[in-house]
Amino acid sequence: MRARPLLATLAALALLVPAGCRAAAPGTGPRPAGSGVTGTVTVLAAASLTESFTRLGRDFETAHPGVRVTFNFAGSSALATQINQGAPADVFAAANPATMRTVTDAGNATGPAATFARNQLVIAVPEGNPARVTALADLTRPGVKVALCAEQVPCGAAAQAALGAAGVALTPVTWERDVRAALSKVKLGEVDAALVYRTDAAAATADVDAVEFPESARAVNDYPITVLRDAGNPTGAQAFVAHVLSDAGRRVLSDAGFQAP
Amino acid sequence: MHPGQQVAVGSPGRRQRQRVPLPLLLPAVAGLLFLVLPLAGLVIRAPWSSLPQRLAEPGVLTALRLSVQTATVATLLCLALGVPLAWLLARVDFPGRRLVRALVTVPLVLPPVVGGVALLLVFGRGGLLGGWLDATFGVTLPFTTPGVVAAEAFVAMPFLVIAVEGALRGADVRYEEAAATLGAGRWTTFTHVTLPLIAPGVVAGTVLCWARALGEFGATITFAGNYPGRTQTMPLAVYLALETDLDTAIVLSLVLLAVSVTILVALRDRWLTRP
Repeated sequence: MRARPLLATLAALALLVPAGCRAAAPGTGPRPAGSGVTGTVTVLAAASLTESFTRLGRDFETAHPGVRVTFNFAGSSALATQINQGAPADVFAAANPATMRTVTDAGNATGPAATFARNQLVIAVPEGNPARVTALADLTRPGVKVALCAEQVPCGAAAQAALGAAGVALTPVTWERDVRAALSKVKLGEVDAALVYRTDAAAATADVDAVEFPESARAVNDYPITVLRDAGNPTGAQAFVAHVLSDAGRRVLSDAGFQAP
Repeated sequence: MHPGQQVAVGSPGRRQRQRVPLPLLLPAVAGLLFLVLPLAGLVIRAPWSSLPQRLAEPGVLTALRLSVQTATVATLLCLALGVPLAWLLARVDFPGRRLVRALVTVPLVLPPVVGGVALLLVFGRGGLLGGWLDATFGVTLPFTTPGVVAAEAFVAMPFLVIAVEGALRGADVRYEEAAATLGAGRWTTFTHVTLPLIAPGVVAGTVLCWARALGEFGATITFAGNYPGRTQTMPLAVYLALETDLDTAIVLSLVLLAVSVTILVALRDRWLTRP
């Protein structure tokens, strides 16, 4: 007797579930009749691209009235995982080639990724540089608290490469989950220094000073960008990537502290 | 004496074999599926063949031990502070009580990462109290294990306070009044009458609080940072594993789940089933 309602329930659920899934399919506005760019372009981009891509997105929207660009900024690896798990998106911009490779190797990109910028590390210190850090070696002084990105995220891999090149063995007080988290510890004055990208330090000049160090040249990060295979708006995606790679795009990126590839 | 056991309102006919009304059954089953399916997803996707090697990795046990220890200490801290706070909210009529009650739930509403930043602004070395704590007692919380406990307690305490306050409001005040008539002071009444009366509520709140503390991620990584053996709890280890290796992240999540469920079931048998 009691089994029947249960079966009915399951049947009802089976009917409900697909309907619920279909309701949300972002990035698919009304399709363009011609080749013009329309609808929404969804861009997943590395956290370090927050300022420059937000500006690029605004420029793109101005150039293509009616088009909307929505961003999801997060750690590259987290974004790559989301894409490989089927997150609906049109464009992916990563902070290093290794992370991009996890997406292209899984066959989730439309082709090889294009490098659109390069970035290198600086030592970010709280304004006024209270611990008087002038070189990588200063970070190992007792009492100097340092935040590094975890080795699993691109800025952490770059930091390890730079520290290795300098022959500096460094024990941080924390391995942060992404470059912005490391930077916020500097902004709050909770650490004396963090290794972050030059662009991140440039975006926070109000609270943070940047100390350049020569070994950062040994750990330059390439930033690749690609249109995703399952893009709901491939035309818009291609147009946005072209905009990033254009001269105007390059200018925005170099203003933010990126180097040309 | 255990007044709590005697008050039990005539037990509702549990053994009745009536048909469960469909408007209750349908959403109940849907709710259950919604809660259980993601777990099934983890179990199905888990790399069972390589499980032993992944579990043997050195960081796993350290993170697990740290998680259980900090969650337990945080829960004890919440009990010590939260039960009196709940009593105050339920039994003492003071001006602004509604506001205070709302403030207690702030950590529930606050995104945990923001909670972590807020903790830094107070207990960080540049914070309201942090500089003074450091100068006076040499205590620094950020990037330390006590910092993990603080972050977990901040996020988990509201669960305990709300559960205990609910129990207090539901408890029959006449027992306390009777104790007072017989000459018991408010403290004696609290320890000998009120606490036994609301014991099930306290246990439920403790379980919620511990579980929330065990799963805490945002406030912990923001306030205490992430350093293996010192502040890297299981949820942090899972998050970082997710950056590179989904399979390891799944294994770590399952370990955390298995351990917490085991502990909760064991405690339930120990404390909630009385002969």
